[in-house]
Amino acid sequence: MNKQLPDNNSRETEGSVVILDHEAIRKALRRMAHEILERNESAASLMLVGIPTRGVEIARRLAEMIREIEGVDVGLGTIDVSMHRDDLALRKMPPSVRASHLPGDPTGKVVVLIDDVFFTGRTARAALDALHSFGRPSRVQLAVLVDRGHRELPIRPDYVGKNLPTARTERVMVRLNNVDPNGDSVRIKKS
Amino acid sequence: MSGWRRKDLLDIRSLDAAEITRILDTAEAFKQVGTRDVKKVPALRGRTMVNFFVEPSTRTRTSFELAALRLSADVVNIAATSSSLTKGETLKDTARNLEALHADIIVLRHSAAGASKFLAERLAASVINAGDGAHEHPTQALLDTFTIRDRFKRVAGLHVVIVGDILFSRVARSNIWALTKLGAKVTLVGPSTLVPRAFEEFGVRVERRIEDVLPEADVVNLLRIQHERQKLEYFPGLGEYTNLFGLTKKRAALLKEDCLIMHPGPINRGVEIDSDLADSGRSVILDQVTNGLAVRMAVLYLCAGAQGGTKGDGSQDQVIAAGKEATV
Repeated sequence: MNKQLPDNNSRETEGSVVILDHEAIRKALRRMAHEILERNESAASLMLVGIPTRGVEIARRLAEMIREIEGVDVGLGTIDVSMHRDDLALRKMPPSVRASHLPGDPTGKVVVLIDDVFFTGRTARAALDALHSFGRPSRVQLAVLVDRGHRELPIRPDYVGKNLPTARTERVMVRLNNVDPNGDSVRIKKS
Repeated sequence: MSGWRRKDLLDIRSLDAAEITRILDTAEAFKQVGTRDVKKVPALRGRTMVNFFVEPSTRTRTSFELAALRLSADVVNIAATSSSLTKGETLKDTARNLEALHADIIVLRHSAAGASKFLAERLAASVINAGDGAHEHPTQALLDTFTIRDRFKRVAGLHVVIVGDILFSRVARSNIWALTKLGAKVTLVGPSTLVPRAFEEFGVRVERRIEDVLPEADVVNLLRIQHERQKLEYFPGLGEYTNLFGLTKKRAALLKEDCLIMHPGPINRGVEIDSDLADSGRSVILDQVTNGLAVRMAVLYLCAGAQGGTKGDGSQDQVIAAGKEATV
């Protein structure tokens, strides 16, 4: 499911500033895993659903950490949001779509949607819309590695790895092992 | 992944392998939608699709209709007999009228080769060819290729045998293009009146004895014998056809164990294929129907999901390629 992206990363990350390195990311995710367990009564009712591409890798890591902390294997899935975007008609070309894979009916479960960067909130809205066609979770929560501000909808994350106020024109770049070459990092680049 | 830049799907001949692969990959995603509790995504919400079947069809038309409905589009069906074409209106004027009603997508099946291209060049709407004469039937070939790829996880290097009335078959032509572009080996089998040697120019083999090719086939695609042709006597009779080219149980015993049996439908039980064989484990005829829905959703999405076509300065492409780094 996690294919390596091509290595044009070094050119892209030129001129960027590292905000979180490998260790900082690990600690942030570890804290989030604890928070997810703390705020939900039973780990068994959890379903972690990653939003492709990097949300899937983050979900995988969180599931592993939860297994280490609590000894429980939570359900792990991925959900494609491209088909549910609110801006398809505005795009010049159709975005790639992928199959979604949920480990079962989400009805009655606590679904934690997981993404790397929270920005306008529209991806989260699309994810909620997509989830809606699979079933009726008892609760949906949102976990993100970075919240960069500039919300455009009344949606906010429940779990945040790092709050990172940014200017609209800046780019936030997340790189993760298993998805990108050259290791974990969160960077900001002025456009 | 490079962007999809076409507003229409008219044929397989003008697609390259990357485009065909893009359609198949997209179809995989849409196939999953059929397994959800709510089998609908809003990708084409607010768009209008017109099924304009000048040549009649129930199966293909229904498949396109369901594909559009699952993408949340609105659907209108127009059949030839009830259309203004019978009152002498030209095809171009009929289509222009549809466009004046803000149709975004026109799915056209017509008995004249090139009819879809004719419309595509004149309309801003997306035009999807659902079969134009004996020329091409692109979505059928795409769903056939998808079915093969779904089972074998590849197409390149496989040996596909197509049996029957090739000469008059748009399904055969589209399949030949799709399979050869993706690197499969294709062999055509049938009577010389319906499978002339001239087809070898397309990079395929032509054989006369079906027993000779069955043992090496990975896929056998049986085309429908069209009763209408019988009047023109391309071969002596249906019984004769079955004797020489029908997939009987005896012939099926020659097949490799994992060989797929395919048919675009509707099947003539006992003519192209033995009745029991049609229902056997090797037959993927029903999978083809399910895959057809996914493939048509993919085609509609790609051609009409975004602004589509040749517009654009490429700036949006960067957003998509870079993931969520700029917006959303």
